[in-house]
Amino acid sequence: MSQIPADLRYTRSHEWMRTLPDGTVEIGITDHAQQSLGDLVFVEVPEAGRQLKAGDACAVVESVKAASDVYSPLTGEVVAGNPGLATEPELINKDPFGEGWILRLKPSGGGAAAESLDAAAYEAVVAAGG
Amino acid sequence: MPYIPHTPDDVHAMLDRIGVSSIDGLFDEIPAALCVESLPGVPDALTEMEVSRLAAQRAAADGSPLNFIGAGAYEHHIPAPVWALVTRGEIYSAYTPYQAEASQGTLQIMYEYQSMIAGLAAMDVSNASLYDGASALAEACLMAVRAHRRSKSARILMPDTVNPVWRRVASAITEGQGLRLETLACDPAAGRIDPASLAAWSGQDITALVVPQPNFFGQLEDADALTRWARTNGALVIAAVNPVSLAVMKPPGEWGDGGADIACGDAQPFGVPLSSGGPYVGFMACRMEHVRQLPGRIAGRTVDAEGKPGFTLTLQAREQHIRRAKATSNICTNQGLLMSAATIHLALLGPAGLERVARACIARTSELVASLTQLSGVRAAFPGPRFHEAVLKLDRPVAPVLEALAADGIIGGFDLARDYPGLGDALLVCATETRTRADIEAYARALRGILGRPAAA
Repeated sequence: MSQIPADLRYTRSHEWMRTLPDGTVEIGITDHAQQSLGDLVFVEVPEAGRQLKAGDACAVVESVKAASDVYSPLTGEVVAGNPGLATEPELINKDPFGEGWILRLKPSGGGAAAESLDAAAYEAVVAAGG
Repeated sequence: MPYIPHTPDDVHAMLDRIGVSSIDGLFDEIPAALCVESLPGVPDALTEMEVSRLAAQRAAADGSPLNFIGAGAYEHHIPAPVWALVTRGEIYSAYTPYQAEASQGTLQIMYEYQSMIAGLAAMDVSNASLYDGASALAEACLMAVRAHRRSKSARILMPDTVNPVWRRVASAITEGQGLRLETLACDPAAGRIDPASLAAWSGQDITALVVPQPNFFGQLEDADALTRWARTNGALVIAAVNPVSLAVMKPPGEWGDGGADIACGDAQPFGVPLSSGGPYVGFMACRMEHVRQLPGRIAGRTVDAEGKPGFTLTLQAREQHIRRAKATSNICTNQGLLMSAATIHLALLGPAGLERVARACIARTSELVASLTQLSGVRAAFPGPRFHEAVLKLDRPVAPVLEALAADGIIGGFDLARDYPGLGDALLVCATETRTRADIEAYARALRGILGRPAAA
């Protein structure tokens, strides 16, 4: 059974969001997502300054068996990509909700956020095989 | 692998199972208006006997002329073992097998090929080949745009000293995908790019600069200075190189400060005959930081579950069977047969043998230029170092001279009039190691006779 921290928001495409004290939002992929992908071998993170719309493909996670896009749950500007993933993509396997964060975004408020779920709703998505 | 055709019974059984009455019924979703009933201009089918006879007649029409034309495809001696081995059943297929790891020998050939190409170009990693040099250049441009994430312009600086056919192919493939290939004009007196001319582009968002070495005229570009300009201006460097020249010249990985990012070209000079224009085989190599943007297949060496060495396809998450529309390229098959020929050719020559070939080419072309420019009405167009081609200026239009030479059994070179009208009556000539001193003397004698006649009005 995968972890689903109660204090985060989630998407149906298995991203999580954490609002930081400065108002930026940290984004990563869930424990369920990393378990499904298997051992990650490469992560392409977005460049700081890139403008994203909710639903844009903003990162690529590549495992030994697949490569998947990560979609931005929000509209805004990329503040940072996680530099540690360049040399240690396995941070996502080890600590998907912590050191394995993928990007930080400064939400612009413009554009509707993609549907976001609380932990219970996301757990239901995972349980339904989503 | 055996070839097992479907019998009519097999076909009926399969159609019955899915409830379709005929093979055509499988395609009934295609609107009738889009179906082509006949292809005007395409002749009727011929029997094997008729095709054999036609092909023999066409081949005989080529004859066996003395060849002094290069212009992107080069006549080299191919040792007999190359095609004796390549035509063995184990190798004689252009396809990477779907269950690739079942064919360890095929993968090992790819791996050896990649190692040789990467070594020659001083690059970290090579793919297992592309269609030809022209499409390799196009793929390199697309790859540079993917790899250079800070550049938003998708503008590529393309010197006019790059093979004009390659430039046309690169435009056709890339411009529909939003790339802009900006032509960089050479110094008409030098036949190469003046690095100072790049100042006009400094400060602009340029994704990549293509550096041909040697260039289409056989002249050596100042690859170090061009690479340094690109580095300083935040552009990637795409090297378009003749692989034979790499035996004696500084490889792209060592150009300027930090080297080129991508090296590409045509590996036809390695064991692939001219064959009236193809098929040839493209190569592409890059620095490790760009490997995930490299198109095509890559074989890697690894160990199996028992620790025994073996070969496998690797980095497949770039490829279309996994990444679908976002794959780095739709080229998954490759020129496996020709890549195998190149690998065996290089293995037979070895580094010292390849260097002898390269030096012989340079020497023969120097002799050719020295011999022909002694004739009245012939001079070398450009000074400066060259590899195994040179541009000659004639005192009259080139086309009739080439026709007269052809009548003497000599293919005298490539007429530059169509692609470079600004150069005047210019002829691109080439002599590889296959041209002897006697061949060169025969050319000079025939040309003297032709130029001795008054030029046609």
